[in-house]
Amino acid sequence: MLELTAPPRKAPLAPPLDTRYQAETPEGIDLPLRPAGLMVRALAFTIDLGLRGVIMGVLFIALAFLGKLGMGLGSLLLFAISWWYMVLFEVLRQGRSPGKQWMGLRVVHDDGTPVGWSASLLRNLLRFVDLLPFGYFLGALSCLHHPTFKRLGDIAAGTLVVYSERPLTRPQLPEAEPRRAPIALTLKEQRAVLAFAERQSELSPARVNELAALLAQPLHVSAPKAVAELNGIARGLLGPT
Amino acid sequence: MKQSLFESRHKAEWERFALVLERLEHGKDTTQVAGFPKAYRRLCQHLALAQARGYSSFLIDSLQQQVLRGHQQLYRHRSHLGANLLSFVLADFPRLVRAEWRFVLAAGLLFFGSLIGVAVLVYGFPDLIYSLIPADQVREMQGMYDPVAGHLGRPVERAASEDWVMFGYYVMHNIGIAFQTFASGLLLGVGSAFFLFYNGMVIGAVAGHLSEIGYGQTFWSFVIAHGAFELTAIALAGAAGLQLGWALIAPGRLTRSEALQRAARKSVLLVCGVMLFLLIAAFIEAYWSSKTSVTPLTKYLVGAGLWVLVAVYLLFAGRTRHAPE
Repeated sequence: MLELTAPPRKAPLAPPLDTRYQAETPEGIDLPLRPAGLMVRALAFTIDLGLRGVIMGVLFIALAFLGKLGMGLGSLLLFAISWWYMVLFEVLRQGRSPGKQWMGLRVVHDDGTPVGWSASLLRNLLRFVDLLPFGYFLGALSCLHHPTFKRLGDIAAGTLVVYSERPLTRPQLPEAEPRRAPIALTLKEQRAVLAFAERQSELSPARVNELAALLAQPLHVSAPKAVAELNGIARGLLGPT
Repeated sequence: MKQSLFESRHKAEWERFALVLERLEHGKDTTQVAGFPKAYRRLCQHLALAQARGYSSFLIDSLQQQVLRGHQQLYRHRSHLGANLLSFVLADFPRLVRAEWRFVLAAGLLFFGSLIGVAVLVYGFPDLIYSLIPADQVREMQGMYDPVAGHLGRPVERAASEDWVMFGYYVMHNIGIAFQTFASGLLLGVGSAFFLFYNGMVIGAVAGHLSEIGYGQTFWSFVIAHGAFELTAIALAGAAGLQLGWALIAPGRLTRSEALQRAARKSVLLVCGVMLFLLIAAFIEAYWSSKTSVTPLTKYLVGAGLWVLVAVYLLFAGRTRHAPE
């Protein structure tokens, strides 16, 4: 469990425990993307569907006054909205249709770049197959089966529906006297201690004590003092000791 | 280096980067972003350093977010559509059709084969039509092309607004069918093959039946002109679908999903061409085919000319590389 050295240069990354999907950039950075699952995508689609219904309803009422011309325009509109609504929104608004925006989702290429015309057109044309044989049956099956929750259209187009990133707020570290760790910490342990300090405000005091008590023995302190000790080490890792 | 020192040293740089990013994302004035790629790569380096030194999750996560946003502004897939529409129409599309001639041939055989085959069958055995198409639809069809009515089922020469209605209807209906034919190719090509065969069958049955009962003149003079574009487009959409299916059946040395993605990238271009064809077809169908003031002979001549035009375009356009590129 103790990891003493950095992994060798070309070692494959351990697959993450959660559903994160790593896209490697040309700079050699692994960008973590978080693919969105079936439920949230279904909700986003429902919102889009409702919105389309409303738009069409309003336009048809307006066009009904135009008579024949309105009928022609109406069927063009029906065509445009049923086949192009998603494509236009996805390409022109950085991968977000209104429903996706509402649910905090966006469409990207497999490599994390914004979705383009051909990929978006493809994934939305192939929606027809995902709909088969009724109510998104094939799409839902594929989505549940695929490790990054792709429906068939996504597989063919090479696209991914991910959660949009949310702005982070700087966590407040608990007050403590900065100190040096009594033993040398590996990178992972260092990250764990820092995370403990950063996330303390989200945990109940009892849980904080329980977690810290696990480390009381290796740190050579009594269990009640372990929290303060760990916070001190975290402060020490961040700033001057 | 301790994290707080690292942060205070680069904070100003990160804030500047965030401002540029904001500006790029909102598509505002992009004159002052010349240094963006360099700043982005520095940020990548900072992220790598932060990870290697085990800095806190908050710092790493926020750097990662910035890098992700920067990545989305810096890198784009090059779009083959739209950017050069002219060269697509003049050269790339017919070239693509010729390059994928196997699928085009297969789709053409399926579609036109079933069309002609069923037409001949129905012409020979008139009762067959009722096992293929419901009786009331047959009656409706007969009413539309009755030469005695003389106006393709409409009492007088249509008003301009009515042409417009039909144009909208044809666009929706035909492009919808083409999209279906293409998309269902994902089911190992079976869907495309089915739609090609089925549509060919229905059209063939109608053609055979109407010819047999002596409405041939009104029917053929109506369909010949736009058929050149419409039927070809359906066959091409089917070819694109078969291509998808074939990538799944025989992916070669690639994984199935990789093969599918490559085939899909090519086939979507075919579909774009198909859409253009169908727009032209809808236009002809609404504004030329329905004209009753033109003699059937003229219509046959124009129609034949259009068929030759389509064939010549698909076979010969873009063979020489010059001007438009």
